[in-house]
This record gives sequence, C-alpha cells and structure tokens, in this order.
Amino acid sequence: MQQNSDKTYSELSRDAIGDEDLHAAIRMVQNGMGKGAQAMWRDEITPEHRRLAKEARLRTLNNLDAVLATLAEKIRARGGHVYFAATAEDARNYCLEVARKNNVRLAVKGKSMTSAEIGMDPLLEENGVEVVETDLGEYIIQLAGEAPSHIIAPCIHMNRKRIGKLFQEKLGIPYSEDPPTLTRAARKALREKLLGADMGISGCNIACAETGHVCLVSNEGNIRMCTTMPKVHVALMGMERVTATLAEHDMLLRLLTRGASAQKVSTYVSFMGGPRQPGETDGPEEFHLVIIDNGRMKMLADPRFREVLSCIRCGGCLNICPVYGRIGGHAYNGTYCGPIGAVLMPLLEGVNKHADLCRGESLCGACKDICPVHNDLPRMLSELRYMLAYGDEKWGVEPVDGAEACAFKAWGAAMSSRTAYDLLVKAGRIVQVPFVKNGVLGKGVGPLAKWTASRDFPPIAKKTFAERWKTDHAKRLNGADNE
Amino acid sequence: MTQPNVTLFIQCLVDSLLPETGDAMVSVLERLGVRMHYPPDQTCCGQPAFNSGYRNEAAKTARRFLDIFENSEAIVCPSGSCVHMVRHHYLELFRDDPVLLDRACRVGAKTFEFTEYLVDVLGVTDPGTQLGSRYDGTVTYHDSCHLSRGLGIRRQPRLLLENVPGLTLVEMDDSDRCCGFGGTFSVKYPEISTALADDKVQTILATGAGAVVGCDVSCLMNIKGRLSRLGSHVRALHIAEILAGEGK
Repeated sequence: MQQNSDKTYSELSRDAIGDEDLHAAIRMVQNGMGKGAQAMWRDEITPEHRRLAKEARLRTLNNLDAVLATLAEKIRARGGHVYFAATAEDARNYCLEVARKNNVRLAVKGKSMTSAEIGMDPLLEENGVEVVETDLGEYIIQLAGEAPSHIIAPCIHMNRKRIGKLFQEKLGIPYSEDPPTLTRAARKALREKLLGADMGISGCNIACAETGHVCLVSNEGNIRMCTTMPKVHVALMGMERVTATLAEHDMLLRLLTRGASAQKVSTYVSFMGGPRQPGETDGPEEFHLVIIDNGRMKMLADPRFREVLSCIRCGGCLNICPVYGRIGGHAYNGTYCGPIGAVLMPLLEGVNKHADLCRGESLCGACKDICPVHNDLPRMLSELRYMLAYGDEKWGVEPVDGAEACAFKAWGAAMSSRTAYDLLVKAGRIVQVPFVKNGVLGKGVGPLAKWTASRDFPPIAKKTFAERWKTDHAKRLNGADNE
Repeated sequence: MTQPNVTLFIQCLVDSLLPETGDAMVSVLERLGVRMHYPPDQTCCGQPAFNSGYRNEAAKTARRFLDIFENSEAIVCPSGSCVHMVRHHYLELFRDDPVLLDRACRVGAKTFEFTEYLVDVLGVTDPGTQLGSRYDGTVTYHDSCHLSRGLGIRRQPRLLLENVPGLTLVEMDDSDRCCGFGGTFSVKYPEISTALADDKVQTILATGAGAVVGCDVSCLMNIKGRLSRLGSHVRALHIAEILAGEGK
C-alpha cells in the first residue's frame, strides 16, 4: 500500500500545520464542497433519502455474496472476465498476468484508489509496464512522485505555482501558472499516452448487479478514454462497491456526486459492462473486473465495523473534518486519509500500526453529519480505541499504551469513591502552588506540559462545588434538601 | 404546578476547576423556584475513560452514576458532553447487559443539559423577566460538538441569550466547528488541538464580541486557555454565568 514517510502522525501533522498554503487550499475546498454538500442535505436531499440509501447499502452488504454472484454472471454473459481476489497480492498478480498475455507496454489509469491500496503500480513497473495516471490531479502527483492527499481532489495540497514549476521540469514547457495553459500542456501529454496505451486500468465508483455494469464518475472525461481506447480494460473494485438494483444505483450516484463536490451529477458518468459487442464501434476488446476482498470480509463479519463498508468514497468527511482541514491527507500516511481513512486504514492494515489514526481525531462528529450514508465514523473510532486499550484477539490487537492504561486504572479508582476523589483534589491543590501565576497554570506543568505548551489551564479551585454546596448553597436554600 | 425537583449533576471539571459555573446554575434554578438536590458522592460520568477506549473503567463509574442518580426526578448538568455520555454512550457501555441497559435508558431519558432543561422543561423564554438576567455587551456563541451535533441542542441557548436584556448576540463563522478539545486528544495531539483552537479563536475575534459563550466548560477551558495565552481580553463564559448575571 502507498506509504511515503517513516515519520509519525504527530510529526507529519506538525509539518502540515506549518504549511499555510496547504491550510488555505483545504479551507477553500472545505468552504466550497463541504459547505455545499451540507447545504444540499439541508435544502434538497431529505434525511429520509439518506436513510433509505443507508438501508439499501446495509441490505446489499447483508446479501453481498448473492449480489456479487449476479454481477459476475451478468458481466460474464457479455463476454467479460470476472476475478475474485482474496488478497492484494492475488489482485495485482492477476493484473500482471492480463498485462503479460496482451504484451502490454503502456498502461493508462484513472480513478482507482484500490490500485494504490493493492500496490499495483510498482509490480507492473518492475515488469516493464509503464503506468500513467490520466486523472489530472493524479497525473500531477505522479509527476511529483507523491501520494494523493484527498480522496477526490488528490493534489489539493499543491498550488498552481508548484504545478507550474513541476510541469516546467517534467514536461519541458516554459514556466506558467496560468491554469488553462497548464491544463493544455497536461492534456497534450496525456493524449499521447492515451493513444499509445495497450491497457486501461480503472476503479469502480459503483457497480450494479441487476444490469451488470460498473460506473465511473469524473469531471474531466479522461476516464472514458482510458477505459475505451486501449484494447484491454481492467476495472478494480472493492467487493463492497456494488448495488443490487439499478434504482439503488441511481440513488447512490446522486448522493455520491453531491457528497463529493456538491454537484447534482458530474460532467461525465461512464457505464461499462463488458468488452465491445459485435457491431459496436467503441470499447475494449477485453474487459476484466477484479473484485477485491483484501480484508473486507473480515469487516463484513464484525458487526462493529460492517457499517464502514457502506462508504461510497465521496470524500465528504474530508471536506468537513477540522482535523483533516489542518493536517491534510499526507499526515495520515496511507491510501485512504481523513476520517474514513482513520477507520479504514487500521482495519485494512492493522490497528496497532495505525493506532495514531484511531486516537488522533477529536470525535467531533462532523463526519457523521455530512456522510451521505450516515456512516457513524466516531462510533467506530471509539470501538478501535477500545481495542487499543485492552487488546483484541480477533483483530490481533495488542494494548497500545501501558502508562495510559495505568493512569486510567488510577483514575477509575479515584472516581469510584468521593473520598479518593477529594484526596486527589487536595493533593492537586498543594502540588500546583508553585505553577500558578496570574491565576492560571502556565507553561511546562508536569502532566499538563503538553496542554500548557500552548494553552493556559485553570488551577484547581480553592473550594470545590461540593464544598460550596455544603457551606453556602445548602444552608441558604431554605426548604431545599440538605443532602 | 408542583415544584420541580432537580438533582444536580456537577461534573468533575466544574466541581474541581470551575465551580463558579455550578454556583451560577444553582442561582438560576433558585430564582425559578426549583427544589435542588446534590448527591455528595458524585464524581464523574466516565467520559474521559470512554473516549480514550477504557470502557471497563468507564463502565465502573457509569454504574456508580446510575446508583447515585437513579431515583432522581430530573438530572440537570451544565455540560452537553456529559449529558451525551449518559444519554448515548451508556447504552454502548451496557449493550451486553439487559438489566444495566434498561437502567441506563431510564436514567438517560431524565438527564438534561442545563439550557435544554430551562427551555424545554421549565419553559423559560425570557430570562430578563423570569430570571432578572442582564448582561451589557456583545457575545458570540460556540456550539460544542456533543451538545449541537450529539444532542441537537442549538436553539435553546440562542433563545436564552437573545432575550437577555443588554446582550447582543453575534454569530461567528462555523460556530459548530470543533474547538479541538476532544478530551485526552488535546494532550495526546497538542499541536493539532492547538491548531483547531486557533481556528476557533480567529472566528471568535472576527466577530468583535467581548465574550464567547458556551454550554460546556471543557470547550470553554480550551478556548479560554488559548485566548489567554495569546493575550486576548475576550472572555469565555458559561451560559449559566450570563443568565445568573444581573449586569456588570
């Protein structure tokens, strides 16, 4: 899986927080797309609509084997190939095999985070296949040798000046920061690749079992060239990205584009259900659909996390999350970032490995509010933290922080008796004396050092409320119960 | 109407760090003729442990909370996130124990956040007349996460503030954007937490208000801590302090 840095979440966050350009860029996306989606949920799409969509998602997940079997049957009937990949390795080996059989030298790609998830590009490249991203944002970050930083706006972290310099260096054009000039340069370079490619690789936004097609939404149109011009098309999909009926497909598609970019529909919506049929002029000669498990069955089998598979990858949660807004996608250091990444990455790659993602969100709930299918990400983050606190056999999780566990044990003891609690308060009053200045606890106070590095903290009061109640209120309140 | 009976749930942060908030709440309820009870054994609802994943410890304190508050008529608390804990997270804590789950449901249903209780139960709509409140100045209101998104309480505090004589309420941008406190998150990831607090501070300062008002001392403590470190004179006040105020 795509991972770029050995730095920790905290270190990467610290770097990102200092990047004012990044902050400004995400702000713009959040103010536009995030608030736009919220307005659509308020003014146009009823909560009922979203509830029905969620129900449909869960119904499909509950019958996933049958739904996928129907999808495969329909596609095979039209001459397409369907491969069920249990692991990332299976999926990428299958793709390599297809490339080998067809003597593929150049593959064009688009709209596939799944390919990053399974680590496909490096394998193809090791085997002599050049892989070129055709989505403009993806193309830019591929040129820069970086990873996407947003689910639907992968190069949101780069401004036009950086892109101008990058194009000057990599495409050999004169420096420009004029968007149309840059876009034309990218278009010219990409058209050459699209015309020369032997294989097109795509993701799948939503598949539909009833009709046997996969669907891709885009705003640039490159994806339709990527999937129809080369003689082979391989579509990769996570096993959950399917609906049973066309009506459900329609419902989700409407939510997807709105949640992603507050659009009623995207500029291009492509439907593909197999290779070119006799008499048709467009389309690939070979069509392969790779349906990938790679850990999803395990999520499906766990009632605590099954819900996360109803995600339609609109990225809406990124467009509202205050934490993502400040640290950007790279700080999450994985294929999927933002609140959805904070739940998915630990489940896909190991809860201990991504412990920081489970713990590094404020649980504010904004992601749950904006999610088109009401995914309760804060609830699942809380479950992940529960695993990290005590370990979890089923998911192979080890308790993460011995010191914290001890602290909470002590805290539990203190909170279980008012006498113990009062003792703690009294001890605190004594301990804090040398640190109180101007009525606050300032910099560098023992266990509060991390808080007080940037924020003042109130000292423990001279009299707790309980003491005040006893000495002041209860006496005054005649007729009150002086418990 | 019979005299309302309220059991005060004064969470640990108010009890030990900001007891003035508790005093203010008592003063407001006193003016409304509410009969108050204060169980002296209470400590914490368990929220810090729950949010950090330590559910066994949280369940221990939650069971204790049920024992202490179970027989109350109405439980009122000056904190949205603690009420959210009792009303919603207790159900997760006790999901495998039908008896405790049932007890938690019953206690959760009669636990109210302070402004929710004032407006929705006691029908307070005019603090000037009903409470003698007065505040001379401009304030802005911060929607804390668990209160606004978790409990859906946005209208009640605004209704109260708008009707305090002398007070002008100006809305800040993104009033419901998280201030970055998040319990132990603020200590585990202090840089991210501070960056979020800075965004909040910026929207507060942009209103020109002299004070930011909220219904959760934890958020207020975070915002106030950052305001104070930045040398700002903008005050951070709990809504109970505004309602109990009789002018400056």
